[in-house]
Amino acid sequence: MSIDLSQFHQVFIDEAYEHLDAMEQLLLAIDIEQPNLDDLNAIFRAAHSIKGGSGTFGFSNIADLTHALESLLDKLRKETLSITHEMVSAFLSCGDLLKLMLEAHQEGVDLDEQRITDMKRLLLSLGEESSAPESPVIHTNTQSPVITYRIRLHPDSDIFSGPASFEALVADLSRLGTLTLIAEQGAGCYEWTLTGSVVLQDLQDTFAYICQDNEVTITEEVASAVEEDEGFGFFTDLPEPSVAPDSDFGFFVDESELPASQALDDSGFGFFVEEADLPAVKLAQQEAEQGFGFFVSESDLPHPVTPSNETRTKESTTPAQTPVSAPKKMTKADANKAHAETSIRVGVEKVDQLINLVGELVITRSMLAQSVSELDPVHFETIHKGLVNLERNSRDLQEAVMSIRMLPINFVFGRFPRVVRDLTQKMSKKVRLKLVGEETELDKGLIEKLADPLTHLLRNSIDHGIEIPEVRRAAGKPEEGTITLSASHQGGSILVQITDDGAGLDREKLIAKAREKGLPLSDNPTDKEVWQLIFAPGFSTAKEVTDVSGRGVGMDVVQRNIAEMKGQVEIESAQGVGTTIGLRLPLTLAILDGMILRVGDEVFVLPLTRILESFQPDSSQMKSVAGQGRVVQMRGEYLPLVELHKLLGIQPQYTRPEEGILVLVETTQDKVALFVDELIAQQQVVIKSLETHFRKVDGLSGATIMGDGRVALILDIDRLARMHSTTPVTMN
Amino acid sequence: MIDAALAQHNQAKREFLTFTLGEEEYAIDILTVQEIRGYNAVTRIANTPDYIKGVINMRGVIVPVVDMRLKFHLGNATYDEFTVMIILNLGQRVVGMVVDAVSDVVALSADDIRPAPDFGATFDTQYLLGLASVAERMAIVVDIEKLMSSQDMGLVDQLSSEAV
Repeated sequence: MSIDLSQFHQVFIDEAYEHLDAMEQLLLAIDIEQPNLDDLNAIFRAAHSIKGGSGTFGFSNIADLTHALESLLDKLRKETLSITHEMVSAFLSCGDLLKLMLEAHQEGVDLDEQRITDMKRLLLSLGEESSAPESPVIHTNTQSPVITYRIRLHPDSDIFSGPASFEALVADLSRLGTLTLIAEQGAGCYEWTLTGSVVLQDLQDTFAYICQDNEVTITEEVASAVEEDEGFGFFTDLPEPSVAPDSDFGFFVDESELPASQALDDSGFGFFVEEADLPAVKLAQQEAEQGFGFFVSESDLPHPVTPSNETRTKESTTPAQTPVSAPKKMTKADANKAHAETSIRVGVEKVDQLINLVGELVITRSMLAQSVSELDPVHFETIHKGLVNLERNSRDLQEAVMSIRMLPINFVFGRFPRVVRDLTQKMSKKVRLKLVGEETELDKGLIEKLADPLTHLLRNSIDHGIEIPEVRRAAGKPEEGTITLSASHQGGSILVQITDDGAGLDREKLIAKAREKGLPLSDNPTDKEVWQLIFAPGFSTAKEVTDVSGRGVGMDVVQRNIAEMKGQVEIESAQGVGTTIGLRLPLTLAILDGMILRVGDEVFVLPLTRILESFQPDSSQMKSVAGQGRVVQMRGEYLPLVELHKLLGIQPQYTRPEEGILVLVETTQDKVALFVDELIAQQQVVIKSLETHFRKVDGLSGATIMGDGRVALILDIDRLARMHSTTPVTMN
Repeated sequence: MIDAALAQHNQAKREFLTFTLGEEEYAIDILTVQEIRGYNAVTRIANTPDYIKGVINMRGVIVPVVDMRLKFHLGNATYDEFTVMIILNLGQRVVGMVVDAVSDVVALSADDIRPAPDFGATFDTQYLLGLASVAERMAIVVDIEKLMSSQDMGLVDQLSSEAV
């Protein structure tokens, strides 16, 4: 035990989170009436793996709690208990608590022990109270006859000086039956007798996360009167319930001598499914699982438990059992192995470095292409051909590297069924969550940043959007509201939409509130302008629209978060019909689809997703508004004219918009017409930060490197529009 | 003479790069110098002081360029094939600095650098390490890292928020 295990803590914690997430998803998907045995088993395995890991790494409180969780799950998957709503809720909150405990371990803070104890008690009581009315036939696994065990603990080192607590062990054992201390030999060596209706399995479970299997000897003092021969019942298809306690024991003994047990130790997962009605095989299976996550020493050390009255059973069982189980174990082991090798954990910074390098490659390639284009294609045919190949390869490489960072959006969507479930219960509303396009891939960085705004929007939809069932019925809508969360690709961007069929935004209320707050608003505002109001800081939607308040994160924060991701928020709403909030995001933060444009002799990049259209106006379209600069009339709309050369202080080629070109761009607030000299090309550019060696510059969102090696600046449309509106008119 | 020079040499000499701005000669710690290159392909950035010439692409990294001649109103700010740019590597940051000419690399020990008088001239004395005589001439030894990260230069973020 002298290895420093702390180096593996992060791995364990990462894995535990994954297991908890998987568990939560399965729990949410479970059908209470007809629980799928596979799912129950999967949930059990998740809990079991966490228990195994936490025991190994000395997170004894996690191991403790997962043990209680696992015991209950075990009863469920053995169908001695049937799953109830209360249990699902208890499992979910237990999962939350475990996450908190993991966090606490990570940060080295202490957690409220009371919560853990309460949760353990809840799980235990759930396991007990509902076990009584169950059918007696399959009860044998839990309600075993009263047996007295002699337990001898003889660890290699004093384990109670470590993370495991002696008191906790004694408490756990006392729970299983009447515990009597026979001898205490110091250095962690103890001898007890335990009397109770308990299966050996549970006893071993208790010890499993305290010490290694060979450090504890458990012998049965008074074997219950079961005929040994019945022990072979598991080879017929018929379950032999009465055999359970005895054959358990026999198997436990076999384990270490079974040639296949090593395979079992590695891959114990998941094959009891087919054999769920063979109690004996199942138990052997559990034995094997027991070894999972621990130091696998069991198979090479002869097991110390060798009670004489069991020997015959053992001998007769072994040869028969081996051929049946061995091949199965092997295939499972292979399958597990294959799965483990299909993915590797790599640090994000390594991937980012790769992306940067590929970016360099792409730039170098275009620089080369530019020089080569001056060469005579006849004489330098091979160079030209090579360059074409290089272009294709580097493009493929770039896409492949970018795809490493891409994750399905399900990584954030996956958490929302839970959010919806919790919220609707709290608010006694009925909401069905529909997920569409969960497999849409998005940059990992964006996915992480998307979680908070989306959660907020979803809460808003449930809080303020969906009405209570009575109101819905009165309005002629189905009682159950529907919230659709969808993700889809749209050109170079991703559109994430939250649609509810609730009340919709109340235009009049919003306008009234805005006037009350003194927010600037035109006399006859468009819907779009009104919806924009909810993004105003301090404009609390909670009080206006309903009485239920949100989490204190306003819509302004949502908008800011999305803007940081270079995305936009779009709102559509109709009163009584519902609201759709759309988040338009770039596929990735590293590459931008840009329009290259020219003002004077300077070149800029404009994000393509913001461009609506470009056109050359005639002089009749240009209007001057006193005190507000110039506007351009476009299909009945008057759009402010933003003269880039004035904002950026460039000597332009054209000073009259009729000579140059106007690019109609969409800002978060409005639409503006950007006056530039020329549009050059549409091109994907690699975004570089200006801030690494310089600082943030107003009106610019970054820089990129063009084919000729020069730096081109990327325009920040929203800032430019704001700069324009705050620039004194005298500049004109 | 030789003995004295040797004795001095033993006193842990540091090497300095000297460059000229107008009539004056300056020295900076050579360890802050990443490379020296010609002045070309600078992309101008709007709404910045005139001495911030813009940014360049240094092998995929965007690096700002400062013209010291404009900043300190020394020499002639002309740009031709002889204009030279010292690329400084100051800890986390890389900055390009345009000067009139790069002259020499000199070794100076701590004794060679005498405290600068409080002359309130072009460089604020807080950025000066002192004065050193280099072959009959006087060089002003500059703490370039402190200067470049100062708010005076407008290369770091705090300034931008104040300026706006």
